[in-house]
Amino acid sequence: MQVNERKPLIVAFCCNWCSYAGADLAGNNRLSYPADVKIIKVPCSCRVNPMFILRAFQRGADGVILCGCHPGDCHYTSGNYYTRRRMALLFSMLDYLGIEKERTRVEWVSAAEGAKFAATMNDFAQTVAALGENKRLEDLRCKK
Amino acid sequence: MQKITRDLLVEKAVSLLENGTVDMVLGWKKGEFDYDITPAVFADADSLKDFVFDDFCGANFSKYLISNTKKTASKVLVFLKPCDTYSFNQLLTEHRFDREKVYAVGIPCDGMVDIHKIRAISGEGIAKIECGEKITVSTIYDETVNIEKADVLAERCVTCKSKKHVAYDELLGEDGEVLESARFDEVEKLESMTADERFEFWQGELSRCIRCNACRDVCPACTCEKCVFDNPASPVENKAAANSFEEKMFHIIRAFHVAGRCTDCGECSRVCPQHIPLHLLNRKFIKDIDNFYGEYQAGEEVGSRAPLVNYTTEDLEPGEAVEGR
Repeated sequence: MQVNERKPLIVAFCCNWCSYAGADLAGNNRLSYPADVKIIKVPCSCRVNPMFILRAFQRGADGVILCGCHPGDCHYTSGNYYTRRRMALLFSMLDYLGIEKERTRVEWVSAAEGAKFAATMNDFAQTVAALGENKRLEDLRCKK
Repeated sequence: MQKITRDLLVEKAVSLLENGTVDMVLGWKKGEFDYDITPAVFADADSLKDFVFDDFCGANFSKYLISNTKKTASKVLVFLKPCDTYSFNQLLTEHRFDREKVYAVGIPCDGMVDIHKIRAISGEGIAKIECGEKITVSTIYDETVNIEKADVLAERCVTCKSKKHVAYDELLGEDGEVLESARFDEVEKLESMTADERFEFWQGELSRCIRCNACRDVCPACTCEKCVFDNPASPVENKAAANSFEEKMFHIIRAFHVAGRCTDCGECSRVCPQHIPLHLLNRKFIKDIDNFYGEYQAGEEVGSRAPLVNYTTEDLEPGEAVEGR
């Protein structure tokens, strides 16, 4: 293994009620997931504006994952149903512009699914690492 | 079919002004050149001498109603082509203006022409253009070129989706039908390319963007009083290096903000000074919405619920959206 192997930067938007608690559970259970995953807590997955995702990429993220409650279990009844439609259209559009579709993902993780959270993050980090550096979505003005 | 002429429209406007139905007319007037037609507001019968109507009158007036209905105590007269009536309905759905303050006159349309296509045939130095079934172009080099109108129709008119007016108070001439159009052909062509080819294509198109915001300003669906792109605290309000993601982000978000509300009127591509095919982004969203959530035409009826403010428990997952295409 190379010493200075490049590590991908991953931004995970997690909803306050399910996925963030799922991440907590993963920690309590001492399940490991890559430290390159940076979690941003949002009140609900539908708080995530498409611009948040694009801005994360622009500022240097290599992958963005959005986690929310399972459909039907939203704390606010229907937030994640709207998220589902929005993200379906956004991901389809990113693919239309020729941007690697593996860099974005939506996953439903409940508060009881600590193991799923860790497994999802491990899998996503691997996928993104295999893709290499994000070149198509970067903005050099945002690089330090 | 009754031919719609300038005189017919002026006559209609004068009679409505004189009998007090309206006190303001939205129409077109000549700009710097014959082909440079600009939207204008006419307040009295005298000023209507500047009114023009020809094959360059593509401007969609629906958005102008938002500000102009606020300025009048009476009504505003507006001439609407079939595609404009969809935007008109969409704005009514969003409660953007008072329907009681508008007198809408529907006018049939057999397509508007694209000056860039004319220029490609006639060459530079256009001095005068006469519109009709055949278009006669005189250049400053004393040349005269005759062009078939069908050869220089604007892209959005070649793939016209409807000749039917969905809203009007009065209709001049006859109403048409909703057409079977080939408007998604180009989107499909792009979809069939590889990801690298698509990226090359959009990189080439969108890196030409000069961020003039004309596409946003003209769009009848973009009617926020404060736009996210006008926020000086965000670094997204100006032009970036050609190879950065900035312009792509602007155009993705611009199209996303009107997704489900875009009536595909094609104004964004018409006004783009860099000739970027922006309608291909909007049409991609329309096509996806049709595929994923059932056929939906924004503006077809007032009060319909847009797909992005609606849901079913059976919707497809975002991961499947890309795979299933």
